[in-house]
Amino acid sequence: MVEFAGWEMPVQYAGLLEEHQAVRTRAGLFDVSHMGEVVFRGPRALEALGRLFTNDLSAIADGQAQYGCLCRESGGIVDDVVVYRRAADDLLVCVNAANRQKDFDWLKERGTGPGSDVQNESDAWGQIALQGPRAAAILQKLTRTELSEIGTYRFSAGEVAGIAGLIARTGYTGEDGFELFCRADRAAALWQALVQAGAPEGLVPAGLGARDSLRLEMAYRLYGSDMDDETTPLEAGLAWVVKLAKGDFVGREAMERQKAQGLGRKLIGFELTEPGIARHGYPVLQDGRPVGTVTSGTRSPSLKTSVGLAYVPPSLAAEGSTFAVEIRGRPVFARVVKTPFYRRK
Amino acid sequence: MKFPDDLRYTKDHEWCRIQDNRAIIGITEFAQDQLGDVVYVELPDVGDQVKKGESFGVVESTKAVSELFAPVTGKVLEVNDPLADAPETVNDDPYEEGWMIQVEVGDLAEVAELMDAASYAKFVEEQE
Repeated sequence: MVEFAGWEMPVQYAGLLEEHQAVRTRAGLFDVSHMGEVVFRGPRALEALGRLFTNDLSAIADGQAQYGCLCRESGGIVDDVVVYRRAADDLLVCVNAANRQKDFDWLKERGTGPGSDVQNESDAWGQIALQGPRAAAILQKLTRTELSEIGTYRFSAGEVAGIAGLIARTGYTGEDGFELFCRADRAAALWQALVQAGAPEGLVPAGLGARDSLRLEMAYRLYGSDMDDETTPLEAGLAWVVKLAKGDFVGREAMERQKAQGLGRKLIGFELTEPGIARHGYPVLQDGRPVGTVTSGTRSPSLKTSVGLAYVPPSLAAEGSTFAVEIRGRPVFARVVKTPFYRRK
Repeated sequence: MKFPDDLRYTKDHEWCRIQDNRAIIGITEFAQDQLGDVVYVELPDVGDQVKKGESFGVVESTKAVSELFAPVTGKVLEVNDPLADAPETVNDDPYEEGWMIQVEVGDLAEVAELMDAASYAKFVEEQE
């Protein structure tokens, strides 16, 4: 167990590699109740949140979720979040655990106004992620909601094992799966029901360690490691969730400027071409000089190669570019590769 | 947890098996259990010198990066190269297939200073 954002969290249950493999081939269950939930309500809720969010919430329908960033005026990322649009006047923002208070303060101060009320409901919600190719089969045993009607990044209110909540087809692993939101005091019962229903399908509980290696194989960014208040979504390779044309939002001007002037650095995916494992904070070297930094790195359990994410100058960002990562004082060679590192079969 | 009687142990959780003037070196079952899944092992080259109590390599697990400390001083005679492609062997079989290096021992008195299985078992108990 480790302390994570004030929560006691298991790094692993049976073992990271076993849990990782289970999620890729069968199913894994993650207690992600540490994630925060901030809710916007009111006739102007959509508009208020839209001004604080880089993606375009008017482009999705009720019952759809959307990934994007909250940015500062400077373009620096306050957090990366998923917004669940229950209705135009009722939007749930799922935020990173470590940023719960920061995000709530940020959103409340700027998002509260006539017709828009912002509440921190983080303590009221529990959240369990059921991920893997067998996830739908397992979940269907416990719910009357027709899961085949919930597409990717869509969700529905429903009951699982008699426990009311939201059933969302979202996740952080690259596999098919669901994130289940319920009342915090029912989360343990929901967990037990899922463990029981999933056992015959090979479901295993999975910890923070597997969550990290699974997300990294997909090159999903981790706030605090791959991006922070000092990096913009453009630098972090998240331009696809920045809709500069949608209208005004906080950070837009800075990012338009940055786009016009060109980026000073880019987050890229790389693979080591020599033995070793790159870790967060290791320097990126070009001709022996530090030119960037590794933000995440691991040995990919699925690919058996050593992969990572790093900020590099644009001149080194193209696929096939090579550089070195300094590991314990030695340069170890790396090559920029396409992401995601792992592709579902 | 198994600590074979024919091995000698360090407080850093390495073991060594003496065959004539050769020391076969690895990490203990306790060490691999604490580390979790081993994903990378960095070892010296044949011919390198290792020094008792000093780092001779690195073992990385999914949880941590840890240094390996030499139980004895001497020249590296052999390195377990298959660990490069199969680091999980350290977890599966820490005392046999999961050995790391073999060293030519100059001073057998160094070996006598190491813990025997019973003392090491007691030491591990105190760690837990």
